[in-house]
Amino acid sequence: MKTSFIKSGLSTLLLAAVLTGCSSNPVVEEQQTSTDIEDTSVQTGQVDTSAIDDATVEVMSADTVFYFDFDKALLKPESRAALLEHSASLQNSPRNVRLEGHADERGTREYNMALGERRANAVKEFLVLQGVSPGLVEVISYGEERAAAYGSNDDAWGLNRRVELK
Amino acid sequence: MTVRIAKSLIVRGLLVALLLAVASPSYSELVIRVTQGNDQPTKIAIAPIAMAAIQSSEDISSIVEADLARSGLFAPMERRDMLAFPSSASEVYYRDWRLLGAEYLVVGNMRAIAEGRYQIEFSLLNVSGQKTVFTHKVSGSINQMRDLAHLISDKVYEEITGIRGAFSTRLAYVTAIRSNDLYTYRLNVADADGAREKLVLESGEPIMSPAWSANGKELAYVSFETGRPAIFRQNLVSAQREQLTNFTGLNGAPSWSPDGTQMALVLSKDGNPEIYLLDLQSKKFSRLTRHFAIDTEPTWMPDGKHLLFTSDRGGTPQIYKLNIASKATERLTFRGNYNARPSLAPDGRTMAMVHRLRDTFHIASFDLKTGRMIELTETRLDESPTVAPNGAMLMYATKQGDRGVLAAVSLDAGVRYVLPSSRGDVREPAWSPFLR
Repeated sequence: MKTSFIKSGLSTLLLAAVLTGCSSNPVVEEQQTSTDIEDTSVQTGQVDTSAIDDATVEVMSADTVFYFDFDKALLKPESRAALLEHSASLQNSPRNVRLEGHADERGTREYNMALGERRANAVKEFLVLQGVSPGLVEVISYGEERAAAYGSNDDAWGLNRRVELK
Repeated sequence: MTVRIAKSLIVRGLLVALLLAVASPSYSELVIRVTQGNDQPTKIAIAPIAMAAIQSSEDISSIVEADLARSGLFAPMERRDMLAFPSSASEVYYRDWRLLGAEYLVVGNMRAIAEGRYQIEFSLLNVSGQKTVFTHKVSGSINQMRDLAHLISDKVYEEITGIRGAFSTRLAYVTAIRSNDLYTYRLNVADADGAREKLVLESGEPIMSPAWSANGKELAYVSFETGRPAIFRQNLVSAQREQLTNFTGLNGAPSWSPDGTQMALVLSKDGNPEIYLLDLQSKKFSRLTRHFAIDTEPTWMPDGKHLLFTSDRGGTPQIYKLNIASKATERLTFRGNYNARPSLAPDGRTMAMVHRLRDTFHIASFDLKTGRMIELTETRLDESPTVAPNGAMLMYATKQGDRGVLAAVSLDAGVRYVLPSSRGDVREPAWSPFLR
């Protein structure tokens, strides 16, 4: 590939040094220096999506989305009933599930990644405490990258602070 | 603040000049609007560069004007107000320019120096002193007219302000477009003025956290293309990419060390988010933090010996400083219940961060020496601050209506501009280091 980026001679640095020295000098003086530019181009990479799991959608009767408060990862009391149902079903007929943790758009993206994971872990811990094998439960955080509701308001934010069981 | 709104009226002239200058939509999805400039910008005239018979779709002088205007420190004279278009110092009648109020004048001319190579010789003239401040030559191919223009801007800006120009730098950023339930995430690189946007990577799964290598030749970022977050590095010229992490849990927040040999990043493979160092040669990971709280968003201090990072170990997210050798940590921020995503200016002393004030998230600067904090932005959902390599401006992501856009503000909050995008959400700007 082409070598890239702007090539600058030492002359550039020298120029800066010389100019700083002479800009207050009243003598009319011409500094002759030059800068060459070489070709710079950005190429596009390719993603490799071969590792993505097939999304098999299981039909679940109980709620599969659990909501949280801002900057919090505490399970709400109203999530308990559905989670108890899931833990019973996972113990009766074990299968792999994925807990996807999400955050609302407020705050910073990487912190929200951590928050989404913390929320998904809170759900996982609850299931494991009920007797579900930890090996069946994968936790993944999407932070604020996959909103469920759009808009910058309390309603949308409340719907986005969630863990989805899949 | 009303003061700021009033100030924005002052720059109406700048705005017009900019709109004229950046009116080539084929080059970019980003169009710049200066919303606030310096109170007493330097009046400068950029005479049109004499092109001989060279055909170029770029108007070099307009690009220089736009660069200087965007800095907020200059008020370029409108071309229609000029009485003559001199192309070298010997053609200049200083008195005319002085009467027009110009403090400085830039003149230049282009010529072919070899097959496909062109050279611009340009001079910066001090109008009241009636003297040539400097003359310089820049050369490149016909496709590099914008590079040549930005180099001219850099030289002029540095000479007059004493601050190194950053017009020849680049921005990396992520755009997300949603249609129905399908997403398209794009990692792009563009010139610092938003022009010449180039696609680095496109994916149906999230792309996050772009970070420049110290030499400006590579980007690190987080891609979910495997179905889970993983950190990649990618060479911009060859597009060659390498997956650096593949752990269970978070793989995020890459930050390249100043010497380019290491990367700070976040892994939660041990149960909760911790900061690690990856030696890019040996591929060995070493753990730096050990706490049950969230530790994330590491960024290097220029000394290469310390990191700043976000942690909620004190109950709310705050900024901490970490000594890499001793692993000792020190809490830096105490005001407010949300201070996160540190980004350092090149002086190693001024930090930009996301600061929550009641229900709004602003960008604030924080002086590491004095602890003084200044709120730089007033919009509601500001994030991802990234300081230009010359420390003059910082860029950040904010919302206009329901759309994510990029905006910039000077570190003294005196100058600001917005780069609205024509489509999709624009987010996570990362300002490149100096590229030459």
